[in-house]
Amino acid sequence: MTYPTPETRDPRPETRDPRLFDLIQQALAGDARAAARLMTLLESDPAAVPEIMRQVYPRAGGAHVIGVTGPPGAGKSSLVDTLAASLRVQGRTVGIVAVDPSSPFSGGALLGDRIRMQERFADSGVFIRSMASRGQPGGLAKASQNVAALLAAMGKDAVLIETVGVGQEEIDVVRVADTTIVVLVPGLGDAVQTMKAGLLEVADVFAINKADREGAERLFKDVHLMVHMGAVEGQWSPPVLKTVATEDQGTGELLAAVEDHRRFLRETGQYAERRRRAAETEIQGILRERLLASVTHRVPALGRYADEVGQRQYDPYTAVDRILREAQLDG
Amino acid sequence: MDGHDRGAKVVARLLRDAGFEVIYTGLYQTPEAIVATALQEDADAIGISVLSAAHRHLFGETARLMREQGLGDVVLFGGGIIPPSDIRLLEQMGVERVFLPGASGPDIVAFLEEAVARTRRSDGQA
Repeated sequence: MTYPTPETRDPRPETRDPRLFDLIQQALAGDARAAARLMTLLESDPAAVPEIMRQVYPRAGGAHVIGVTGPPGAGKSSLVDTLAASLRVQGRTVGIVAVDPSSPFSGGALLGDRIRMQERFADSGVFIRSMASRGQPGGLAKASQNVAALLAAMGKDAVLIETVGVGQEEIDVVRVADTTIVVLVPGLGDAVQTMKAGLLEVADVFAINKADREGAERLFKDVHLMVHMGAVEGQWSPPVLKTVATEDQGTGELLAAVEDHRRFLRETGQYAERRRRAAETEIQGILRERLLASVTHRVPALGRYADEVGQRQYDPYTAVDRILREAQLDG
Repeated sequence: MDGHDRGAKVVARLLRDAGFEVIYTGLYQTPEAIVATALQEDADAIGISVLSAAHRHLFGETARLMREQGLGDVVLFGGGIIPPSDIRLLEQMGVERVFLPGASGPDIVAFLEEAVARTRRSDGQA
C-alpha cells in the first residue's frame, strides 16, 4: 500500500470556480445575499457542495446548534421565534433553518414557518432560511446540516433548526444539533405513549407548549415521570418546561435550560463526543453516496440486475456480489 | 400583502401543485420585510397580493428596495383589486405582470415558469 502524495490526496486543492470562491468569501464576511446564493447551491448543486463545505466546515464550530422538533402543530415555529427574540435581547445573533415537507406528488412545497417569525424579518441579526424536505426522510432536508454550518461559519452565535412535524422516528436532527428540544402539546393523548421509544428518547430539553390548554398538567406529569424513571446518575436528565409560545411564556426558562445543557456538555466532555459522533455519521453518509455513485458509474447496466432479481432469477445479495465484482470493488 | 389572504393562499397552493417551492409569509408585510425575505431565501420571484388600494406604494417601494439590494433580477409579480388603469404604472415601476381577479391558474403558472427560466438563464444559477 502506498500513501497518496498531497497532490493526489485532494483532487480539488484550490477552488476551481473563481465565482464560487468569491461567493464563499463574501458569505463568510457576512454578505447575506452571497450566503443565500450559497444555500441554494448547497440544496441543488451537488458539484458545488464539496467546494463550499471545505471552506465553511472548519469555521462552523462556534455556534450552539439547537434543534427544535415535535409533532405537527406543536408550535415549533412560534417557539423558534420566541427563542430567537430572547437570544437577540441577549445581544446574540441567530440563524434559523426551518424545514417543511415537500409534496410527494408535485415536488413543490408550501413553506409557512415564516408566518410565525414576522417580527424577525427586519432584524439584520437574524437570518432565516426556509427549506423543503425534498423527499428526504428523517425530518430534515438533505442540505439542512450544511446550511446550518454556513450560518455558523458566518458568525451566528446560535443556529436554530426547526424540523418538519415529526412522528416517532424522524430524529435526524439529533445528529445535527448540540441540544435538541422536543416540543409536545396536550391533546395528543395516547400518541405520547407510543412516542416513548424514538422521539422522546432524543430530547435534551422538553417543552410542553400550549401549556394553558386543558391536559397540559397531565402531559407535564407524564413526561416528568418518564424522564425521572430513566434518570441515570451523572447523566443529563432532560428538564421538562411549560411554555406558551404565542404569549412568550416560559421562553426564558427554556433558553436557560438550553444553556444548562450546553454547559453540561462542555464540562463533561460530551460536547466533543457528540460532534465526533455527528461527524462519523456525516462521513459515512457521504461515503455511502460516493461509493454508490462510483459503482453506478462503473456498472452502467445496474437496471439489468433489478430486472433479474425482480423476476426472482436470483436474490438481491447475489446481485450485489456480482455488481461489486463487475465494479472491481469486491474484497 | 395586506389583510386579505384568500387569493394569496390559493395562488400559493396552485404554485405548490405546479412544483414550485413557495414561501408563504403571512399578512401585512412591509416592502422591507418582503425584500429581506426574498434575499435570505434566494427567491426567484416575489408575488404580492394587494386588495387595499395601497398597491402603488407597496409595489413601488418593493421594486425600489429590490434594485437597491441587488435583487433586480428577481421576478416581481402580483395581483389583487387593482384598477386596470394602474397596471401600466406598476409595470413601469418594475412589476413584470399584474393578475386581476379571475386570472386563470394555468396562466399564472405558465407566466412564472417562463419568467423564472428566463432570469435563471441570464444569471447562470437559481
